[in-house]
Amino acid sequence: MGSDELVIAGTALRSRLLLGTGGFTSLELLADSIAASASELVTVALRRIDVGAHGSLIDVLTAAGVRLLPNTAGCHTARDAVLTARLAREAFATDWIKLEVIGDEDTLLPDAPELLRAAEELVDDGFVVLPYTTDDPVLARRLADIGCAAVMPLGSPIGSGMGIRNPYNIALIREAVEVPVVLDAGIGTASDAALAMELGCDAVMAASAIARAQDPVRMARAMRAAVEAGRLAHGAGRIARRTYATPSTPTEGLADLAPSPSPLT
Amino acid sequence: MIVVNGERCDAPAGETVVAVLARIGVAEDARGVAVAVDGEVVPRAAWSSFALAGDARVEVLTAMQGG
Repeated sequence: MGSDELVIAGTALRSRLLLGTGGFTSLELLADSIAASASELVTVALRRIDVGAHGSLIDVLTAAGVRLLPNTAGCHTARDAVLTARLAREAFATDWIKLEVIGDEDTLLPDAPELLRAAEELVDDGFVVLPYTTDDPVLARRLADIGCAAVMPLGSPIGSGMGIRNPYNIALIREAVEVPVVLDAGIGTASDAALAMELGCDAVMAASAIARAQDPVRMARAMRAAVEAGRLAHGAGRIARRTYATPSTPTEGLADLAPSPSPLT
Repeated sequence: MIVVNGERCDAPAGETVVAVLARIGVAEDARGVAVAVDGEVVPRAAWSSFALAGDARVEVLTAMQGG
């Protein structure tokens, strides 16, 4: 369908599916899933080095030809998130950062004041900031106003597979900001990804939904198809919902099939 | 005592970041590695000159599956 590219901070991506690398049980499975998803933007975390680790995640991702999106997962304060972003910039030679500042251990929901503080500091420091945020349109606008390159509202809590709990807010966020909206967190299966795109999201991020599926490679392919289908459907413009039926076949010219002859009129 | 990734390290005060990395088996040109000392980033270009204090806390980080 020609060039329908996702553009983030001036960088064009053909795929509108972002892939998280967490949860894959092997690097081979991760590589196969990346290929099946056709994703070009893939998240990584930053953790203490394990010198004895088998295989290199960086090597696998380099071979896959994807762009890295380091995250600040596990950070609970703006200070930690900013420092982690700076370390990620050093480690991966990218100024792109998926900014996560978690405010609650059970729900992994973002801490809005800390998130705004960190976003402001990182934007000032030249980062391309993609913040993981709640489905609050006002907060999303604040993040965009600060200069974030995209906003990444959650559909439901990370890893919950609960899909999009407030589709109205997601649609409002799409109206509220100019920057790309990437539905992040909560995707459980392909129809959730399709719904996100139908609501007008510019991209979808999937991690657990693929990595923890019984067949991750097949689910990666399903997510790719769902994102494309949802994008097409959004552009095509769906019909209005209505309570009563509207016949799709004309009623004019309907045959008279009564069993007894009807009198000529 | 210098602490590297939460573990005691025998390195003496004044040892460089590069030397401490060598102790734990990380090459100077290792890809995808970042170092923080006492909560501040030490850029790769400074690894060979940065001398660690006797009580430095060194974090050596790399890519891990996540997100």
